[in-house]
Amino acid sequence: MFESLSHLVLQQYWWIIVSLLGALFVFLTFVQGGQTLIYTIGKTDTERTMLINTLGRKWEFTFTTLVTFGGAFFASFPLFYSTSFGGAYWVWFAILIFFVIQAVSYEYRKKPNNFLGAKTFEWFLILNGLFGTILVGTAVGTFFNGAMFSLNEMNNVIWATPFRGLEAVLTFHNVALGLSVFFLARVLGLLYFMNSVESDEMFARSKKHLLYNTIPFLVFFLFFLIALILKEGFAYNPETGEVFMEKYKYLHNLLAMPLVAVILLVGVVGVLWGIASALLKKSTKGIWFAGAGTVFTVWMLLLLAGFNNTSFYPSIHDLQSSLTIENASSSHYTLTAMSYVSLTVPFVLGYIWYTWKSMNKTKISKEELGKEDHLY
Amino acid sequence: MLETIDLSLVNWSRAQFALTAMYHWIFVPLTLGITLIIAFMETIYVRTGNPEWKRITKFWMTLFGINFAIGVATGIILEFEFGTNWSNYSWFVGDIFGAPLAIEGIFAFFMESTFIAVMFFGWNKVSKKFHLLATWLTAIGANLSALWILVANGWMQKPVGMVFNPETARNEMMNFWDVLFSPMAVHKFLHTTSSSFVLASIFVIGVSAWFLLKKRDLSMAKKSIAVAAVFGFLSSVYTVLSGDSSARQIAHEQPMKFAAFEGLYNGSEGAGLIAFGVMSTTETDPDNENLKDFNMIIEIPNVLSYMAFLDWNAFVPGVNDLIKGNPKQGIMSAQEKIDRGKIAIQKLKDFKDAKKAGQTARADSLKTEFMSKSFQDNYFKYFGYGYITDVNQLIPSVPLSFYSFHIMVVLGGWFMLFFILSFWFVTKGVIQNKKWFLRAAIWTIPLAYLASQAGWVVAEVGRQPWVIQDLMPTMAAVTRISSGAVMVTFWLFAAVFTTLLIAEIKIMIRQIKIGPHKEEGGNK
Ligand code: HDD
Ligand code: HEM
Ligand code: HEM
Repeated sequence: MFESLSHLVLQQYWWIIVSLLGALFVFLTFVQGGQTLIYTIGKTDTERTMLINTLGRKWEFTFTTLVTFGGAFFASFPLFYSTSFGGAYWVWFAILIFFVIQAVSYEYRKKPNNFLGAKTFEWFLILNGLFGTILVGTAVGTFFNGAMFSLNEMNNVIWATPFRGLEAVLTFHNVALGLSVFFLARVLGLLYFMNSVESDEMFARSKKHLLYNTIPFLVFFLFFLIALILKEGFAYNPETGEVFMEKYKYLHNLLAMPLVAVILLVGVVGVLWGIASALLKKSTKGIWFAGAGTVFTVWMLLLLAGFNNTSFYPSIHDLQSSLTIENASSSHYTLTAMSYVSLTVPFVLGYIWYTWKSMNKTKISKEELGKEDHLY
Repeated sequence: MLETIDLSLVNWSRAQFALTAMYHWIFVPLTLGITLIIAFMETIYVRTGNPEWKRITKFWMTLFGINFAIGVATGIILEFEFGTNWSNYSWFVGDIFGAPLAIEGIFAFFMESTFIAVMFFGWNKVSKKFHLLATWLTAIGANLSALWILVANGWMQKPVGMVFNPETARNEMMNFWDVLFSPMAVHKFLHTTSSSFVLASIFVIGVSAWFLLKKRDLSMAKKSIAVAAVFGFLSSVYTVLSGDSSARQIAHEQPMKFAAFEGLYNGSEGAGLIAFGVMSTTETDPDNENLKDFNMIIEIPNVLSYMAFLDWNAFVPGVNDLIKGNPKQGIMSAQEKIDRGKIAIQKLKDFKDAKKAGQTARADSLKTEFMSKSFQDNYFKYFGYGYITDVNQLIPSVPLSFYSFHIMVVLGGWFMLFFILSFWFVTKGVIQNKKWFLRAAIWTIPLAYLASQAGWVVAEVGRQPWVIQDLMPTMAAVTRISSGAVMVTFWLFAAVFTTLLIAEIKIMIRQIKIGPHKEEGGNK
């Protein structure tokens, strides 16, 4: 069935999937956000252990989603993989190293004779939450603001600065997205605590900090969104492939794709509703609204970056080297094969959902942890 | 097309990849094998209902958890390193190579990371049956992740199922099944997983031996040895068989690698197998027919020919035959391959230039020529050789390949014997009295790791200078970046991974000393 689709349709299909994976990843960074709050919300060692255990049963999902996002991008848009990872070398390695130190921290923190001490592993978690989110957000900002590369005739990447991608922090618009992701992750982390931990004190503390984190999130996110709508963007001519600057490109994209605009709006409202319900009605279900809202919002933002003849990874050094879903994708054959593979994704999501439900039946409490013999 | 390449950049990039891959490989084989051993143990528990088996299962699970965390931490670097350090490679073959990595994430990693949570935290939350299923799915997920990455690696040793597209300057997939079922990938998967089962079985027996020496938890230790000895013995037989067929595969597909790990400089008919040898350190002069490669040698005549081609008198080419060519045996000289590769590269460049200049007719005819079967078979086949400037670059490190290979094979023999002895002693009920054997069992643990790492050195060093056999040399694959940057990340990873490894080993040893929980439930 997929082989009869045109190459362009397959490219769009894969951009939708990769964007969805990216959006799921941002939602799952509630783990990272939560990690930066273990000292703020957990005042005693037992409380911190409760928080770390409730996050610890989910961190693998975030991590695996990041890995799968990388793999899926490689398979569907290999030119992005080689250009961005090879080019923005320092940014990606900075991100990776903050994920490396996370991966061992849950398991090793409480173990006797762990060489570095529990405190160090807790700091690893905090650093991962802080830099992991900010750097990923900033890197995604370059989808809208461009990066400093060019490609030669063998499509090999040449980077124009010795900072290898770190120069992205000089563009405030990128950083605003990074900070939005960071505060959003904290908001989601707090909502997750309110949902999964049984403790009145920690619920009250989470609620208080929810407000403190929502304000900066809104400031940075609205700045990012409004600046995006007003800025000029990177368009290309679908016939010739030529890339050119277009005023109000992302606004035009929104108008050209009303469905995307509507879902984006629904997403933003979902996030706000999730927060509001937790703040005003003391609901424990805020994470589900805010989580779904996050997925929709990020997903649609990424569609804005790649659809409607827009370059999703523009070069501000050599405009014609910019990457589009058409010039960066895999061959028709590979996209077809991978599309068959993608049919199994609902099944994967299904068993993840099922196990998540059966594992979260009981909330994390002191008693529950007392019964466990495997603790983080 | 190929600007001057900074050799130190290539070498640092290689060093970094080797460092991170070999660190990853410290943890992966234990994961592959021990998850299965745990699944066997839990199955016995569910079938017999004997709570002692549950305690045994949980003990090994704790050790697995410690190993798993750092396995994941080291893996993520590798996944992105193809992009960061081998970006030219990533574009050149991304159309084929990306797919297995993506499938690995979707199928294997999610399966493993979902069910591992049930395995560790689900004892009181889900039914016994579902828990057992989760344990099995974790083991299967782990071994599936090995499958996909090894398909990718096998493809690099013998590219199949693709065609080069001059328009995009990359290889494009033509047949997914050819890639998945390429004999190289199948051999690799079978040998790598079975050797990992060997390693994990040795780990279980070695740790159990320590308990026996300390006269602690005797029943647990003996039961664990019984399970691991059976599994280990079967796996070790299979490891040797699949290693042998891997070698035969290589004799056909990567003759230079084969010559290197057999230490064969001058080929011959009815070639002998070097069972043991100490390589000569004097310069080997390729023009000297009687050169002395070995100071000391034990050679079994004709066996190598049989092993490689199932014919006692078959001709096995040596390093020198492959470089200088051997017309009598129909072997093309390396220089000839280089010349042909240069012609292929030039034709691609002409095509690109014509396109750029808008000469559509000329471009079209060049493309037709390029894609014609005779050009593909006679010139494009040697495309990668066009990058080679000196024939000696085509020779991998012979001593490193030779010694690594022989270490692996000799240890493979010892492991088989080791499992037989373990099984014999434990069924006779005398194992706790065999102090010498228990000590040897502990020492066999590091040997298993040595054999396993040596195997990868054979596989990866032996294929140098190729990243993709005959198509892309390592130096053309590398990302253009300052070698200083790679040096910094190299040392960064060396420091971080070594720190984590020390933590891992200390935690592991302490957990072993703590031993299994005395009773059900409750914190330690
Ligand atoms: C406990 C570990 C272990 C043991 C005992 C053996 N191997 Fe092995 N071997 C591996 C662990 C390993 C490995 C780590 O799994 C490798 C690395 C790459 C691969 O495919 O498997 C490998 C690679 C490898 C290769 C190179 C494959 C390639 O280049 O693609 C050959 C030819 C052999 N092995 C042959 C053997 C033979 C004839 C053995 C007989 C006794 C043997 N191995 C025992
Ligand atoms: C985990 C087990 C592995 C180990 C221990 C290992 C080991 C090594 C070593 C020692 C080198 C350096 C070779 C040299 O310096 O000459 C190397 C290079 C390399 N390996 Fe592997 N390898 C492993 C798995 C893989 C896999 C599965 C792939 C691909 C899917 C791969 C791809 C590469 C690449 C791209 C290089 C760099 C280029 C080169 O020097 O050839 N390796 N590896
Ligand atoms: C050089 C290429 C390799 C890459 C890019 C790679 C990538 C990765 C990544 C990203 C992870 C973490 C997955 C997670 O999120 O859970 C991982 C773990 C794992 N990898 Fe690798 N890997 C490589 C080599 C290998 C090889 C050669 C094998 C097996 C033969 C293997 C088997 C595993 C297994 C079983 C895990 C599970 C966790 C553990 O290591 O204990 N990998 N790998």
